[in-house]
Amino acid sequence: MSKRLVQAEFNVERDPERCIQCQVCVRQCSNQVHAYDEEAEQVTCDEASCVGCQRCATLCPTGAITIKKAPPDFAPDNNWTSDVIQNIYRQAETGGVLLSAMGNDTAKTSWWDNILLNASQVTNPSIDPLREPMELTTFLGAKPNAVELSFDDQGGPSLATKLAPQLVLSTPIMFSAMSYGAISYNAFESLARAAGQYGTFANSGEGGLHKDFWPHGPNMIVQVASGRFGVDIDYLKVAAAVEIKIGQGAKPGIGGHLPGEKVDERISQTRMIPVGSDAISPAPHHDIYSIEDLRQLIYSLKEATRYQKPISVKIAAVHNVAAIASGIVRAGADIVAIDGYKGGTGAAPTMIRNNVGIPIEFALAAVDDRLRQEGIRNQASVVACGGFRSSADVVKAIALGADAVYIGTAALVALGCHLCQKCYTGKCNWGIATQDPYLTRRLNPDIGARRLVNLLRGWSHEIKEMMGGMGINAIESLRGNREHLRGVGLSDRELSILGIKAAGE
Amino acid sequence: MTTINAEGVHYKKLNEDIHQSLATGERQIELTNVRGQRYIGVGLDAGVDITIQGIPGNDLAAFMNGARIEVNGNVQDGVSNTMNAGKVIVHGDAGDILCYAMRGGKVFIQGDVGYRSGIHMKAYQENFPVLVIGGVAGDYLGEYMAGGVIVLLNLTDDPKPAGYLLGTGMHGGAIYVRGQIDQTQVGAEVGFDQLSDQEWELVQGLVVEFFGDLSLAPRQFAREEFMKLYPKSRRPYGNLYSY
Repeated sequence: MSKRLVQAEFNVERDPERCIQCQVCVRQCSNQVHAYDEEAEQVTCDEASCVGCQRCATLCPTGAITIKKAPPDFAPDNNWTSDVIQNIYRQAETGGVLLSAMGNDTAKTSWWDNILLNASQVTNPSIDPLREPMELTTFLGAKPNAVELSFDDQGGPSLATKLAPQLVLSTPIMFSAMSYGAISYNAFESLARAAGQYGTFANSGEGGLHKDFWPHGPNMIVQVASGRFGVDIDYLKVAAAVEIKIGQGAKPGIGGHLPGEKVDERISQTRMIPVGSDAISPAPHHDIYSIEDLRQLIYSLKEATRYQKPISVKIAAVHNVAAIASGIVRAGADIVAIDGYKGGTGAAPTMIRNNVGIPIEFALAAVDDRLRQEGIRNQASVVACGGFRSSADVVKAIALGADAVYIGTAALVALGCHLCQKCYTGKCNWGIATQDPYLTRRLNPDIGARRLVNLLRGWSHEIKEMMGGMGINAIESLRGNREHLRGVGLSDRELSILGIKAAGE
Repeated sequence: MTTINAEGVHYKKLNEDIHQSLATGERQIELTNVRGQRYIGVGLDAGVDITIQGIPGNDLAAFMNGARIEVNGNVQDGVSNTMNAGKVIVHGDAGDILCYAMRGGKVFIQGDVGYRSGIHMKAYQENFPVLVIGGVAGDYLGEYMAGGVIVLLNLTDDPKPAGYLLGTGMHGGAIYVRGQIDQTQVGAEVGFDQLSDQEWELVQGLVVEFFGDLSLAPRQFAREEFMKLYPKSRRPYGNLYSY
């Protein structure tokens, strides 16, 4: 059987009345869907290669192109859906592992949508953030159990307690770990610059920090993962904080693999590996088989940074996340980042992305509860991540117990991502998840940074509005304040794990 | 030369004392009575020379960037973790995960080493990590190895110089073993070969340096005593995916 059984996933419709044969679509499509037939003098197309990224439809000057999802017309079946059948065809042809990108796209509930926020009516006044001060400043790092003051001769107070190092954010939103390699130089630069301009932090991911980006160090969190790519003492020193990457929501429990094809000169410099060689991140850190071992790496990094930077530990949300987070805090982490099962990725085995891990809503509630019960909630900040789509998701997460959130997919969408979920092919037509210079120059970092700053500004203002509506004027007062959350359409069990009341209670 | 007595001193204080001493311009430090203090030499730059009397704790020379450390005693786990440059000389045995992700510099261990030594060692530009082991090695030697060299000298002529699952996931670098390793001891990614002229020259040079640094009586070896373990592919997982 030589003909592929896998059918086209999209229909490319070209309105002949509107098409002026200008070939913009031909030049824009890295998947070679569009081609120009010199003899017929017209643009032709190969739908089988279309990934649905909408680049051609967006840039067509006459609006002649429409890309439509074309689920192959297999007999209707709720179990053997077209996706399932197509995947089996793909594997039967290659014997390979199915690969996906971005976050879990299977139709499962987003519990954020079942949680509603409170607002003030009559008995307490709401606050108008346009006219009254509203504080979003967020401090990430260990907080003391108590503060002690000392007084000078005139009775003037000063803080006697030595505070642990803190990251200071102007808004409780940071950019998630996305490596240069998974994303383009221009996308990375956009994130780093936006973080600096808005007073928050971007995360280098586990692929190192190119020297060009060192000036952004004060707004970068750098990762140390099992492959230790690009990690040396200068990398640790240049950053504002260091994050030990244990796991990622999109692929808990497995390692990573940047194929050698993507390791060009600049990525080679960033990862500190030769051009063209595979960058393999083992599934575990082989020096960490226990909480005690984790403590060893945390303190190794604290020693390397002379105890001047917060050390974060990022894990995927898995079944025993609360106990694991407790161990991480006891191991000395200043920040615990928890990535839910909808977290994005540049490449993950589809089965793992869609089936491993638990939702961030439950993980976050369980972790916050556990740390409070154990009296250690102040010892580390909690950062939630994994599919935050809007400022409302952020507000709900903070009320559930997060100190801040990481956004990844939302940031890429702000840069123009259309969620075609094909990052791993390296052919991103939007210049985001590619290293092809022809494609990467489509993303202008000036414009990219501006769009990201706009997103942060918009979300931050919305957060202030929602807080003001509740009569809250500082993000600190919202943190872990689950009285401001109510559940709809949730079972008693779900409400109890989330620690929130049902609407009407 | 400054001598710091580590007897009963917590690692944080000991390492701070080392930094204080370096801040005064001191470049040669001797640590005495070291008993398990961790993180000695973490991140230290070139020009610093530390001699340790006793047994340092885990993560000795982690992220080290050019300094020289000589240990008169055994060392524990995680020595030279992600080390970038410099030299570590150990007159004794080493524990597990020696030289994890080491990118450059040299580590000479006079005695035996534990499990997962040389895991994910990688070379880059002028950085070329070298691990020379005088004794024998545990399982998983050179796992995920991506660059640099490991030389296993097996000075005690052990009939089994290393454990099992050697070079699992190996995709770069080379392991030179004095003695015999058979097919049951290596990962699927590993091939066997003779040493080339160039490789034998490299090994001979390292042997001279190793015996010199450890003040051992020089020994001569024949090229035939060594075998080379190398990665059969630089892309062992190239055809794993379907899309």
